[in-house]
Amino acid sequence: MRSLSALVCGAVFGAGLLVSGMTNPAKVLGFLDLAGRWDPTLAFVMGGALAVNAAAWAAMRRRKAPLFAPVFALPQANAIDGRLLAGSALFGVGWGLVGLCPGPALAGLLRGELPLYAFVAALVAGSWLAQLYTRRARG
Amino acid sequence: MRLTRARAARARAGPGRAPAQPVIAEEFSPGLGLAGGALIGLAAAGLLLADGRIAGVSGILARSLGAARGDRLWRLAFLAGLPLGAAGTAALFGDLHGFAITPSPARLLAGGLLVGFGTWLGGGCTSGHGVCGLARGSRRSLAATLVFMATGFATVFALRHLWGGGS
Repeated sequence: MRSLSALVCGAVFGAGLLVSGMTNPAKVLGFLDLAGRWDPTLAFVMGGALAVNAAAWAAMRRRKAPLFAPVFALPQANAIDGRLLAGSALFGVGWGLVGLCPGPALAGLLRGELPLYAFVAALVAGSWLAQLYTRRARG
Repeated sequence: MRLTRARAARARAGPGRAPAQPVIAEEFSPGLGLAGGALIGLAAAGLLLADGRIAGVSGILARSLGAARGDRLWRLAFLAGLPLGAAGTAALFGDLHGFAITPSPARLLAGGLLVGFGTWLGGGCTSGHGVCGLARGSRRSLAATLVFMATGFATVFALRHLWGGGS
């Protein structure tokens, strides 16, 4: 049940990415190009997503547990530290280089576009390297 | 109307010079943006209320392979849903915005490595920090979102307007 609902949520997420145009890297780069012909669509996507999702957080606070799992598994970290800022900065550079972040990259995988596969392979490799790095840094 | 205004502003600015005021692109699609955003928010809400999980794509992807068995299946199911939902929607309504990926292979690989490395180090991406973190009022996610937006804007500015050779 838990995996089925996750599959449905993933599919709705993917549908939202396609409808909003965020699956097109050129459109995302159009948002990031403030000084060019600016395409503000991404701000509207964030706005729509935040409005709906914020209502869900309000609903969650009134509930003890989710429908299909024993507890809400929420992030515990709240420190704004160098790791958070450095990681986010590097992510933003990669995002700006290509116009893809993880969700849209995966959502496009059925297009048969070779560049997407190369990007996703590099993404997985980068994530793996980061996991090695943070494990070693922790000792 | 918007189209002609954008063209006029571009003509005034001249080729190669950045216009003083933002020039809105013809592709700007606020309605579909809001609708798609609402779907994304709905998906994140569903994953939270049904499974008690944050819809952060980078974290779900990174933990989908190493996680213990019971925690692996829902992650793989969510990840499989992304292309299925996108392709299914395109089959029903058409490929609404098209697809264009222009960077060179070297830039693609560098970008992928940075996105993978950075999202793990920073603990989230546009979905985990941007959509979910901001919706629950996390200051940590706000800081992360401001930083990756800033470096994203800066990277595109550098590529397109300083070196000029980018796409």
